[in-house]
Amino acid sequence: MSLTKTERAIIVSMWGKISTQADAIGTETLERLFLSHPQTKTYFPHFDLHAGSAQLRAHGSKVVAAVGDAVKSIDNIAGALARLSELHAYILRVDPVNFKLLSHCLLVTVAARFPADFTAEAHAAWDKFLSIVSSVLTEKYR
Amino acid sequence: MALLGERKRKDLSFLQFTRLLVVYPWTQRFFDNFGNLSSASAIMGNPKVKAHGKKVLTSLGEAIKNMDDLKGTFAHLSELHCDRLHVDPENFKLLGNELVIVLAKYFGKEFTPQVQAAWQKMVAGVSIALAHKYH
Repeated sequence: MSLTKTERAIIVSMWGKISTQADAIGTETLERLFLSHPQTKTYFPHFDLHAGSAQLRAHGSKVVAAVGDAVKSIDNIAGALARLSELHAYILRVDPVNFKLLSHCLLVTVAARFPADFTAEAHAAWDKFLSIVSSVLTEKYR
Repeated sequence: MALLGERKRKDLSFLQFTRLLVVYPWTQRFFDNFGNLSSASAIMGNPKVKAHGKKVLTSLGEAIKNMDDLKGTFAHLSELHCDRLHVDPENFKLLGNELVIVLAKYFGKEFTPQVQAAWQKMVAGVSIALAHKYH
């Protein structure tokens, strides 16, 4: 699965808008994830996960920044996320099913904040992009 | 499920079942006789797709009215999807999540994390109910 030129253009242009609210989007994505899919909290026993927690905000920022790195190197996502791929494979070992859940919550957040931009084509492009990101992050698992 | 009371809307016609066919093109496999599905705009404008979308949404409306007995409400449809339509239940999850995203698009800020969580439970319940009679 690889992105077409049109899909890349959609993602890069929307990222321009998304990055202006990056931290808030990261935090909101995680809040949605932990509320809708409480089992994902099992990866964060060491965190204060209450709304507004500093840890939640910091982690949300990290996640969105990583997505941004993938966007900026959209022609070489595997290269951009190589370090994170190893981190997830050898240290974090988050079960692969959770990448879909996080991707879904990010899409929900983006759809809620940028409804006019979130056309069916944009939705398809983002879903595909996040699917590729998830693949890269799990490709070293075994 | 109490939060679902907030989201009771009689007119869900803006929800787009059509979007499923655009975002997950392999779902088109069930709609070979629907005519032109060759592009996103063809799909979004296809009258058969729209008509089918309405059917699906009407069923979801029934689900909202019968939240305490989803399995009973969808028993017949479950048999239909298994025996006649041969739809992999995985598709119910895809549609459920896609509807949640469309709700987010249309309700924006109102679609808070708490409201989303209630809807996720709802669509999960519908998916399970629709798969319940599979054999």
